Parts: sequence; structure tokens; C-alpha cells
Amino acid sequence: MKKVYDNAAAALDGLLKDGMTIAAGGFGLGGIPELLIDAIHKAGTKDLTIASNNCGVDGFGLGVLLDSKQIRKMISSYVGENAEFMRQYLSGELELEFNPQGTLAERMRAGGAGIPGFYTKTGVGTVIADGKEVKNFDGQDYILERGLVTDLAIVKGWKADETGNTVFRKTARNFNVPAATCGQVCVVEVEEIVPAGSLDPDCIHLPGIYVHRIVQGQHEKRIEQRTVRKRESA
Amino acid sequence: MAWDRNQMAARAAQELEDGMYVNLGIGIPTLVSNYIPEGVHVTLQSENGMLGMGPFPYEGEEDPDLINAGKQTITELPHSAYFDSATSFAMIRGGKIAMAILGAMEVDEKGDLANWMIPGKLVKGMGGAMDLVAGVGRVVVVMDHTNKHGDSKVLKECTLPLTGKAVVDRIISNLGVLDVVEGGLRIVEVADGVTEEELRAATEATIVD
Repeated sequence: MKKVYDNAAAALDGLLKDGMTIAAGGFGLGGIPELLIDAIHKAGTKDLTIASNNCGVDGFGLGVLLDSKQIRKMISSYVGENAEFMRQYLSGELELEFNPQGTLAERMRAGGAGIPGFYTKTGVGTVIADGKEVKNFDGQDYILERGLVTDLAIVKGWKADETGNTVFRKTARNFNVPAATCGQVCVVEVEEIVPAGSLDPDCIHLPGIYVHRIVQGQHEKRIEQRTVRKRESA
Repeated sequence: MAWDRNQMAARAAQELEDGMYVNLGIGIPTLVSNYIPEGVHVTLQSENGMLGMGPFPYEGEEDPDLINAGKQTITELPHSAYFDSATSFAMIRGGKIAMAILGAMEVDEKGDLANWMIPGKLVKGMGGAMDLVAGVGRVVVVMDHTNKHGDSKVLKECTLPLTGKAVVDRIISNLGVLDVVEGGLRIVEVADGVTEEELRAATEATIVD
């Protein structure tokens, strides 16, 4: 079965429908599936529920889907970088479910691993615990969180072979691996598609079984907080 | 005269022990890495998926694929390791990280911490703070003792939505160092130029001797 597609629009063909749920990889603007986000923007798919740690910035990343009002609900841990997000949220146009960052990552991992729920001590005694089952194990309280399975996962890798084995680069791995596993269908965009056999099988971060479609493209890879130090003068 | 931001960070750095894996929060805690005592080697975790966080890059060497949890460009070290977010929080939740040094809006005598949300104001989210305080071995909070109106932020009971319940072990403020103990807070140290009376007066929480 051929997994490689010519462009992001082709890679998403037949997968998009209004009201669907999507898990997106990325942390801040690091390792975000910018080409697939752009293709969803152009496709105009609406009423999306998106699980992603952040929601891009104004005009870039998932921010473009906010600007076009294609998102109905976000499941995120931190959304502080985005003025349009706040505007839509405060006006009631956008629904928001805060998940602690580790709980969101584990919900994706668990969903992809066939685990419908898990107990965690994260959020015990806080608003996050409201309405959730509390269970005591060995003297410590834990709350029940649900595994997350989405209709689609969109992921950004560094290199993939044509069977979908994918590697990531540095901190751009982040949510991409758990997001990939929790999608019923997973589309991965990479900087380079390489022949099978050219990636070290001992060093695959995301095995091809999780990857249904692959597309290669040019990435802007914008930096959110450019921070540098001065060179010591000689 | 109380401690300034850098003095608070320097005091917090004294908490570090050789060999520790540590997570530093955003703000003053980030400055702690400038004051790690000589001979003490710690490995900094960045919860977006890295152990062995290095300093900011030289200009022109920024890499968009290499950022910290504050989305700042950083560098790697010879012993660095990268992993995904689920693995990152597995090591946090699983108690493998020895210490987290975090900022606070409020802390109370039971060790409750509030540092993510002010109702009615802009809500940005808790990020990884709830996971960190629930999971790491020891939680050290670095904060100003009072707000800009002079009201204590070291309280009998937090008023803001909590980040975690009974999670704080030690408070390092501009006025001194306090530990959360049975029945309240115990004064460990008073900042240079601050009297114990001033520290007590600025603290709403019960101080036990």
C-alpha cells in the first residue's frame, strides 16, 4: 500500500469532515504540522475539536484555523500566546478544555495504547478534579482521566521512509509521538522522505504501523522566543 | 533590604545537590542556573522533551527544533537526551525528577500552591505545573513574600485556584526561607538585612517554632 502523497491536500483527501476530532503534534511552534494545518485551512473543514498542547500564535500554526473560525473546541494545556484565541474564548465562540500538560500527553498515549482510562495524582484537589472519580491507592488519592482517541492525527517529523518509519529532531519530537498513536488515521509531514533501509531500525521514534500517509514539504519552522547569549570576546 | 531576584535565585541554587535531575520553572527559577555552586553537577529537564538543557545559543546558531518549555531557543550538552512529551511526563509523574523550582502567586501553610490562574483575568493555562508539583520529589517555590499592595502571599489558606494541594516543601522569598512542616511554616533563614520580626509580620501563615 502506497503511503506517500504528493502534497498535504492530497494526503488529507477523503479524511476531513466537519465536526471531527484531530490530535496535533507540536509544542509552542516547535514541531508543528504546519503544512497539514494549512491544507485543513484551505479545505475549510469546520467545527473541529483539536487536542494540541498549544494553539499556535496569531496567523501561524493552529492560529490560522482560529482566524478562519474552523475550530469549535480546543483541548490544551497552555494557550497564552494567542490574542485571537482569547477573544474567541471570552466571547463564547470557542470552547476550551484545559488539561495539565502531562495528562494531555498521557491521554493521547493511553488512547493509542488501548487504555480507556488511567489514574493520576496530577490535579488532585484542584478544579481539574471536578466531576472526576477519585480513588485512593496505598494512601494517596488519584483521579480518573480518559484515554483519548481522535478521528485524525496530524504530525510533523524530520525524516520518514516510505513505509512510515519516522524520526524526529531534538525537541521537535514533543507531542508528535503520542498524538500520532491516538489518531485512528495518522498523517505525517516530514522534511525528507528517504528510502526504506536508510534509517537505523534501532533508532525509529515512531514505527510505520502508526503512520498511514506521508507527505514531504518545505517548512517555515518559525521561532517563537529567539533567545541568544553574547559571544565572549577574544 | 531584602533579597532581589538574583539573590533569591542564588539562594535557590543552594538547594541543588550534585547529581540531581531538576526542572526549573519560568521567571526567577530560570535564573537559578546562573548560580549553580562549583562542583555541583545537575541535569536540567525541560518538560517539552529534553534532559541536559544547555545555555542560550550564540547569535546565528538558533535552532527552531531546539527550544525549552518557555519556547526559548537553547542548546544541547554532551549528555543531553531527547524524548517525547508522554515520556517526559512519565519521568515527572513517576518521581524521577528530584526537584522542581517554581514561581508562585500564593502559597499556604499546608503547602498548597496557586500559580496558574486568577479568576476573571486572562487564563493562559497550567502547562506542566500541575504535573510537576504532583510528581517531583521536592518542590521549592521562589516568590515575592508580598504583593505590590504589601499584602502577604504566604497565607493560612490560598484564595486562588490551586495548582496542587500539600505539594510545597520549601519557600524561598525575598524575605527569607521557610519550610512547610506539621502545623504551619518554620523559619529556616532570614534574608540579609531583614529582621525575623519583619518576616513574621509579612507572613499571614502560622509560623511554628
